[in-house]
Amino acid sequence: MKSAWEMRKALKDLFNAQHLGVLATQGGGQPYSSLVAFAATDDLKYLVFATTRATRKYANLSSESRVAMLIDNRTNQDSDFHNAMAVTAMGTAEEVKDSEKDQLVKRYLAKHPYLEGFVTAPTCALLKVRVDKYYLVSRFQNVMELHLKP
Amino acid sequence: MKSIVYLHEIADEDRERVGGKSLALAAMARDRMNVPDAACITAEVYTDYVTTTGLSERILLELGRKDFEEMRWEEMWDASLRIRNMFLNTPIPIRLSAILRDAIEGRFKGKAVVIRSSAPGEDSARASFAGLHESYVNVTGTDSIMEHIRLVWASLWSDAALLYRQELGLNFEKSTMAVLVQEMVVGGESGVAFGQNPNDESQAVIEAVYGLNQGLVDGTVEPDRWILDRKTGEIISHSPAHREKAILPTPEGVRPEPLTSTEVDTPPLDGKRIQKVFDLALGAERLFGAPQDVEWTFSRDLLYVLQSRPITTRRTGEPTDNRAWYLSLRRSFQNLKTLRRRIEKELIPAMVEEAQSLSRQDAAKLPDMELAAEIARRSQIHERWVKIYWSDFIPFAHGARLFGQVYNDTVRPTDPYEFIDLLGSTNMASLERNRMLEEMAGMIRENPRFAESLRNQKKDFDPGFTKVLGEFMERFGDLFQGLAQSTKQREAICRLLLEMASRAPTDEGRRSKDVEALKNNFLSHFEGEQKGEAAELLDLGRASYRLRDDDNIYLGRIERQMLAAIDEGRRRIENRDALDAKHISTKELVKTLEDPSYVPKRYHTAKRATSDDELKARQLVGQPAGPGIAKGKARVILDPSDLFDFKSKEILVCDAVEPQMTFVVPLSAGIVERRGGMLIHGAIIAREYGLPCVTGVPNATSLIHTGDEVTVDGYLGIVVVG
Repeated sequence: MKSAWEMRKALKDLFNAQHLGVLATQGGGQPYSSLVAFAATDDLKYLVFATTRATRKYANLSSESRVAMLIDNRTNQDSDFHNAMAVTAMGTAEEVKDSEKDQLVKRYLAKHPYLEGFVTAPTCALLKVRVDKYYLVSRFQNVMELHLKP
Repeated sequence: MKSIVYLHEIADEDRERVGGKSLALAAMARDRMNVPDAACITAEVYTDYVTTTGLSERILLELGRKDFEEMRWEEMWDASLRIRNMFLNTPIPIRLSAILRDAIEGRFKGKAVVIRSSAPGEDSARASFAGLHESYVNVTGTDSIMEHIRLVWASLWSDAALLYRQELGLNFEKSTMAVLVQEMVVGGESGVAFGQNPNDESQAVIEAVYGLNQGLVDGTVEPDRWILDRKTGEIISHSPAHREKAILPTPEGVRPEPLTSTEVDTPPLDGKRIQKVFDLALGAERLFGAPQDVEWTFSRDLLYVLQSRPITTRRTGEPTDNRAWYLSLRRSFQNLKTLRRRIEKELIPAMVEEAQSLSRQDAAKLPDMELAAEIARRSQIHERWVKIYWSDFIPFAHGARLFGQVYNDTVRPTDPYEFIDLLGSTNMASLERNRMLEEMAGMIRENPRFAESLRNQKKDFDPGFTKVLGEFMERFGDLFQGLAQSTKQREAICRLLLEMASRAPTDEGRRSKDVEALKNNFLSHFEGEQKGEAAELLDLGRASYRLRDDDNIYLGRIERQMLAAIDEGRRRIENRDALDAKHISTKELVKTLEDPSYVPKRYHTAKRATSDDELKARQLVGQPAGPGIAKGKARVILDPSDLFDFKSKEILVCDAVEPQMTFVVPLSAGIVERRGGMLIHGAIIAREYGLPCVTGVPNATSLIHTGDEVTVDGYLGIVVVG
């Protein structure tokens, strides 16, 4: 990985190929992780996911908006050790405002059409994570960081 | 799963299971050609072994440390060495080994065999892996046969095979290996036959030696060569060899023996036998439908075919590959001994002499025209030595590798680089230089007055110190590259000495006892005549290891003389024409000096692509080249002048540790290098000083910045930044 451009490309390819990521939140100092269906914006600044408002992660996010998210392409085989790539995104989550909701829902459903009923339900919230940094782990132990321009 | 198939059972559809070599022998046996009895251990057994033991993923992890395309040959060798050691230290699971042992005992009990690689899918008209994988001749006993099967498997990952795959862009993720266990035929005369001369389609070529084929195949025995007319079979020419020795079987393995006087005077084949071999090659060609490269042997009057493969053909205009050079990196003990004599007795003294004679000519005193000629002359001289460096010095590096392989095979250490400790602690030129520096630093440490005087740039404050410094300046006075004046050199050296004196002295000779123990342990594995040979091999390995350091120093001296002339030329143009001569090539420089009206072309330096985002390295993977862990501030060397500011306990980060840089090594806490390998300069010096070292880190000097906090993990080959 020689340039920011190269890393961006690797991130985009990974995000396009993967449907699920692991979201880490915390409540009262206790970390909590959950699997979420995500979509990334083209500029990689935001990762979008949906959750109903009654969930533990939603409660956690209400008191602590700082999150991490793990997205990887492991296949649960030996070859993962040399082939798999894992990305950790660090950022802050917030609920999507009405003004941008249509556009982000469209984006989200383009990737997850089967979630239409879920996303449009009145109890469901669409959230976006504003990403500050990406950590990309490849070749087992190679770690590169991409710090996004604020 | 079919574990073992015998020659008569192999059918065409077994190709992927048995590999091309076994398939060809089976076809020839069916055709009633004279083929030694053989059994094939299928590729499925290999796959079973590497999967159940986890070796498969370990190999891919090893090769996945960096982009395969970016690996240098020395890194390939290291990867290959580590992989080979993995095979040596990973027994075949009992279930599998029981099946193999039963079959081998049933078929080959009490018989000597040859164990050959037969890798499926790799020999084709485009690629030929001939010689890149291992074969073992004259192996007896089930234990030994089992052992050698593993070694043949390991050779799927030999450095030569890896380099070849890299060059041809072949994917190795699914590579497998079948092994042929073939009854040994002790031939009196052996050789190869090319049904078609690769250089002339109307001809065939036959090569023959006395004894076994191995000497011919690995180049230790020169063969007699006959060129035949393909149509008529008539002999067109015979090139007799300088016949000296033959490779003959011993109770275990083979060895070169001198020929009898009759053999020395008689070609190994007469006309009748040449015809027989030619007919054999044509018979194989008829069978396979394409000209063949056939290995054969005569045992008494019977002609056996040992293997046959298609001749690799390349359309004209297609670039030829470097397989021959890769193979030249693997040399026999005999060959290396000859090379050593040439290097030590001829090349090194000539190189030293060359540098001295160049230094006697002061470029600064020459008028422009003569300076132009001198620059051209020195460039040519340098180029010539660089060629010799590649053709002789680099292949000689195999002496250390050969020793390493023998050491690992006999001692079976868990650390595949243990042998390097045994090779080190020899008198390297750069260590001598550093010892002198350390001595002066010691004097300053003991006399605080000296430090004070040096800081105030006083001279001759102590006759003893002045004498040592004078001697040092005499021998190594060109320490800092880019400082032409000796007063500036002296200042820079004094600054370095003050920095060295500010930290504790380095602990020398700390490993000498361990080295003695390692040596004794190694030699205890041999008896009688073999012990002497092992000691000789160690000596050769040491010479080879030392040379990997020294050749750089000597070549560096010649390079410096060339650069001194070039710098002088650049300086003059800058003064005369008031232009920045930094980016003018040597050729252009010569032209401009010769003709004041000429306007030189400049080359452009590449601009870095910019982006708003910031890319940072957090953890970089290279190769573990010196065990230990170190933390410190990085000092990135982008230009020789960066060395002036080197502080004690910093981490040296560079593209490659050049010989002229090694004087800062004792000051540093650890080394990170872009160039990869265990037998490269940086790794050698790091090991000598017991410093943690990671080599082969891609883009090290652009991803790490001077002042970054860096952790060098020399055990795992990882560099953590920040």
